Amino acid sequence: MLEIHNLHARVEGHEILKGVDLTVKAGEVHSIMGPNGSGKSTLAQVLAGSGAYEVTAGEVTYQGKDLLALEADERAREGIFLAFQYPVEIPGVSTSYFLKAAMNAIRKHHGLEPLDAADFLEIIKEKVKLVDLDERLLNRAINEGFSGGEKKRNEVFQMAMMEPKLAILDETDSGLDIDALKIVARGVNSLRDPNRAFIVVTHYQRLLQYIVPDYVHVLVDGKIVQSGDKELAHQLEAEGYAGMGDDVARQASVAS
Amino acid sequence: MIAVQENKNTYRSMFDRFRQDRAGGDPAWLMEIRKSAFSQFSRLGFPTTNDEEWRFTNVGPIATTDFKPADADCELPTLADLAPFQFDLAGGCLLVFVNGRFSAELSSLTPLPNGVVVQSLAEAIQGGDAVLQANLARHVDCQDQAFAALNTAFMQDGAFIHVPRGVVVEQPIHLLHVSQPNGQATITHPRHLIVADDNSAVTVVETYAGLADDVYFTNAVTEIVVGENATVDHYMIERESARAFHVATRQLHQFRSSNARSHTVSFGGDLVRNDINAVLDGEGCDCTLNGLYVLTGKQHVDNHLRVNHAKPHCNSWEFFKGVLDDRSRAVFTGRIVVHKDAQKTDAKQSNMNLLLSEGALVNTNPQLEILADDVKCTHGATIGQIDAEAIFYLRTRGISEEAARSLLIYAFAGESIGQIRLDNLRDQLQSVLSGRLPHGDSLRIGRPYEYNREYAEHVRSTDRRRET
Repeated sequence: MLEIHNLHARVEGHEILKGVDLTVKAGEVHSIMGPNGSGKSTLAQVLAGSGAYEVTAGEVTYQGKDLLALEADERAREGIFLAFQYPVEIPGVSTSYFLKAAMNAIRKHHGLEPLDAADFLEIIKEKVKLVDLDERLLNRAINEGFSGGEKKRNEVFQMAMMEPKLAILDETDSGLDIDALKIVARGVNSLRDPNRAFIVVTHYQRLLQYIVPDYVHVLVDGKIVQSGDKELAHQLEAEGYAGMGDDVARQASVAS
Repeated sequence: MIAVQENKNTYRSMFDRFRQDRAGGDPAWLMEIRKSAFSQFSRLGFPTTNDEEWRFTNVGPIATTDFKPADADCELPTLADLAPFQFDLAGGCLLVFVNGRFSAELSSLTPLPNGVVVQSLAEAIQGGDAVLQANLARHVDCQDQAFAALNTAFMQDGAFIHVPRGVVVEQPIHLLHVSQPNGQATITHPRHLIVADDNSAVTVVETYAGLADDVYFTNAVTEIVVGENATVDHYMIERESARAFHVATRQLHQFRSSNARSHTVSFGGDLVRNDINAVLDGEGCDCTLNGLYVLTGKQHVDNHLRVNHAKPHCNSWEFFKGVLDDRSRAVFTGRIVVHKDAQKTDAKQSNMNLLLSEGALVNTNPQLEILADDVKCTHGATIGQIDAEAIFYLRTRGISEEAARSLLIYAFAGESIGQIRLDNLRDQLQSVLSGRLPHGDSLRIGRPYEYNREYAEHVRSTDRRRET
């Protein structure tokens, strides 16, 4: 589904990604772990098409297409979803209004009729249950005045509504208490599907107790320095990132 | 300067002719009002940017244009011409004014509750209405406001609305002004008087529209008297043509425990000035002044608000938003005066602007003058651009960049439109707004955000609790 080869990216002149290689197949859950500043979020943002980063080298192929040639909204319409680490507050636009606009844009792209109000409400009612989100929140401006946990659950709710092919979760666990974490994990697990892939970016192994990955990759200083199965996450928890890879890894760990 | 002087003389000779025409028609008390107002205008002259209240708005183009009185005997527009500016009144009255004069033919005066008067001002003057005489030009300030003085000197027609004690007029009253100048620069002085007696309620919408893309000048004044415990909702929808000048003064006088809401929406016009003055002259008044301006090209819109807290325990709330594109310019001045005795005043003011281009410019000036010592007065002004992060967020959900921009603009302005209580008017304005934006039709999938003040307060207080 997704093949990343030798990806380099920079922001404001600083090189953050220094040659990332990663292959993700349909049905798989990949976890990207690493210390602060290692480039995890950059990778997530670059895959989603953020204009804040400049890709300087490498290729990304998504379902046989050159992903880097697509605009952020085209990627979304092709089935890529990013759950933001810091969901953006948008005054004046309610979540339900915006989701309807978004889902209809995607449906139009695939040659489908727009959803009518009744169908849309029905889907909403079903999906809010998944993440225990107060339905009334959806009539409020997107993320405005939401608590940290509500924002993260809103991201997972949107993901459930849009049913992406490739979902990228950027530190969706950070700042959550254990109950909220379980709710978020439940939402994600319910979407696991042989035709859908996940990239779960996290700083902590804790999330992976609830969302069990097929593969774990360690990203240090802009490169994947080690890959393994879920056991690697346990090892990281016990030994920290300092045990990983080369000297660069240790420096990065100290720096964080 | 010489040009301005010459123009003063033009207005002088125009007024002399006008007085001769009106002699015999106008009652003596009205002639006195006109004479006094014209002498005020002669003394004041048109304001210049040296006047503090006009620092950012140059009315030179108005002062130097040789306007002719608009032709009130012109051919009437068709119903199709008026349709874009109408909305379903659900049985309420429609009064149409063409080039300043009431047209009975185009209007529909539906049955009203007993004792309610809705008629053309000209008719009311002829009829010698006592309420009219007691209130007309008694509230607006001609001492300091040249345009209001000019209107008062030349006013001929408009609407007179009187709601007697305890009567609630359920359906809105729409005053629709259309200008169709015939190739030459013309001037009209629409004048309205709304008197809501104690415990009454009424909703009035004024729309100003241009039917031809010509230079003309609308100089309107509306006096609104809100009796004890009465409620008046007033809407000013300005959709003049792109080359028009539009100066409008709203004078609200509120008595004890009354509630007034005024919405000022500016879409059109080349040079627009709104003077909105409220006097809270009784305890426990509630006054809301909302506004929205959506500007393109070289439009200039100046909203000048003055709220006078004369008595204790009154609330005033000002909420103006603007969207500026191209080289347009907006001025917002919000003056709140809290008199010495007006303790427990609660005054809030907010002016938020969204700039869509580098050439757009906003001047926003809060002016608080507080003489009492136990009051709450807050003001805030923001001038911002479209948030790139918000655009990216929307794009990651599949919305195109252009549609995301439109959505953010629509939402920003929609928050102001959302406060309009008349569903049909709100829908009309939302389509005017979405019609101006790329992908506008895809925005019409419902209300982006229904602003609910009580709910917003509730959310805010819950959030505060959450924080502590």
